[in-house]
Amino acid sequence: MSDGLRLTPEEEALLAGEGGRGVQRAMEIVVALGRIYGARDLVPVASVQVSGVSYKNLGQAGLEFLEEWAAEGARVRVPTTLNPAGMDLLAWRELGFDADFARRQQAVIHAYTSLGVQPTCTCTPYLVGYEPAYGQHLAWAESSAVSYANSILGARTNREGGPGALAAAIVGRTARYGLHLDENRQPTALVEVRCPIRSAADLGALGYWIGRRLKNGVPFFRFQDGVSRAWAWKALGAAMAASGAVALYHVEGVSPEAEAVTIAGLPSLGVDDLAPAYAALDGKADRIDLVSLGCPHASLAELEAVADYVAGRRLRAALWITTARAIREAASAAGLVERIEAAGGRVVADTCMVVAPVSGLGFRTMATNSAKMALYAPSHSGLVVRFGTMERCLEAAVRGVWPSAGGGRGV
Amino acid sequence: MSGPLELEGRVIRAGVAEGIALCSREPIGFLGGVDPESGLVIEAGHPLEGQSVAGRVLVFPTGKGSTVGSYTLYRMARSGTAPAAILNAESEAIVAVGAIIGDIPMVDRLDISRIRTGDRVRVEGGRVTIEPWTAATNP
Repeated sequence: MSDGLRLTPEEEALLAGEGGRGVQRAMEIVVALGRIYGARDLVPVASVQVSGVSYKNLGQAGLEFLEEWAAEGARVRVPTTLNPAGMDLLAWRELGFDADFARRQQAVIHAYTSLGVQPTCTCTPYLVGYEPAYGQHLAWAESSAVSYANSILGARTNREGGPGALAAAIVGRTARYGLHLDENRQPTALVEVRCPIRSAADLGALGYWIGRRLKNGVPFFRFQDGVSRAWAWKALGAAMAASGAVALYHVEGVSPEAEAVTIAGLPSLGVDDLAPAYAALDGKADRIDLVSLGCPHASLAELEAVADYVAGRRLRAALWITTARAIREAASAAGLVERIEAAGGRVVADTCMVVAPVSGLGFRTMATNSAKMALYAPSHSGLVVRFGTMERCLEAAVRGVWPSAGGGRGV
Repeated sequence: MSGPLELEGRVIRAGVAEGIALCSREPIGFLGGVDPESGLVIEAGHPLEGQSVAGRVLVFPTGKGSTVGSYTLYRMARSGTAPAAILNAESEAIVAVGAIIGDIPMVDRLDISRIRTGDRVRVEGGRVTIEPWTAATNP
């Protein structure tokens, strides 16, 4: 019945319904995924991160299903966090979100909290107290977080679908296949980066370029000019997961598994110039309506850099920096939110411009330093996007037009 | 006239169902590809565009698109527009999860080239029985 998938007596009991209908349904999903992907057994997970939170993507069908699952008695067994929602859960009205959308979005969050999920609403759970340890097995769904957890932290997770991740949280296990196994964590290509990396935008441009070439491979990066663990690596993984389906990469000198993997004999790929990647991500617009930073969600250091740039200035374009609620609170305590908002910018929590219903907010052009955002915003939200460094984007916010140049001042 | 044909596949969602086959050579994505209210395929240029999957034994190679498509299948099951059963050559996570949460019988690892649109198909566990379409059985 279960092919090569072996279940423990406890798992068999849950599949037979001894934990109730909601748990049984979750086990049915986990077992079906295990069989589809040829898993030999299930593995306990340390934490889960669930996607499918914005009402814009989830829709009425998803909301009804979550409510029914909660009513069936399903509850998560391990720490479980949420991906960004479709709006700032507190400041939605003043930011211009529709009241009907807001009501449905709140119902989605309520359904998740009924299931025991933490309403973190962030794509960077590792920045807000959910940093996995080396070697831990996870069931995370957000592609940029999956990439970061695998590559920079050395945890092990496949890119789960929303319902599959939630099912894993309810049974505390996921199927052991793909990136849970050593053999699938070996690199498939050596990427020699011979140009300097000066900004998060550079990392995003590089990620866009490599993701398009490797599709779902495992790149091993070697940076000729050196690297730092403190770089905004989330920008690299986010871009590779958006232009391709890369869920794991290794960086020489940074990734915990980089010294253990084999690179001899790998096909190699050289990157000498990021200009072609910038050109591919950059659209045609002079006037900028919205400057969007914080994809993936901004760290405290990024909010500090924004506050330093805009302090004492008056912005002509809208500036939204998206971040996790907990980071916004820390930034607020440090006086950063006040400085950004005094210039006319907004520090927006719980959401991101990929999953929010942006087309209803009246913006037509966007500037961003995120390659992932530059890839998604045109198709998801119908925006024309300019792509460049954070300084160039902030200068666009000051002037209301895209400036002719603007270099990076640090990754 | 030939007799019924039997295929044996892998059970993704166990169940019993019977209906007339609707076959696609191309993968199907449910989010944005099928209208959950009507059951009509709405993806522009899809071989099944404009046809209803409601109550049919839906036969296609594999799923595609957003994982939110699982919830679309659930909604269709609730609205009565879901397929009676789903048969795939090789199943993937989105449609499989949708079949489980929508309680739609589903089997994969089948030689789906043996099934034609219009055939009468019965699904019982992993066994798929096909009565080929003839003018006599479908007047």
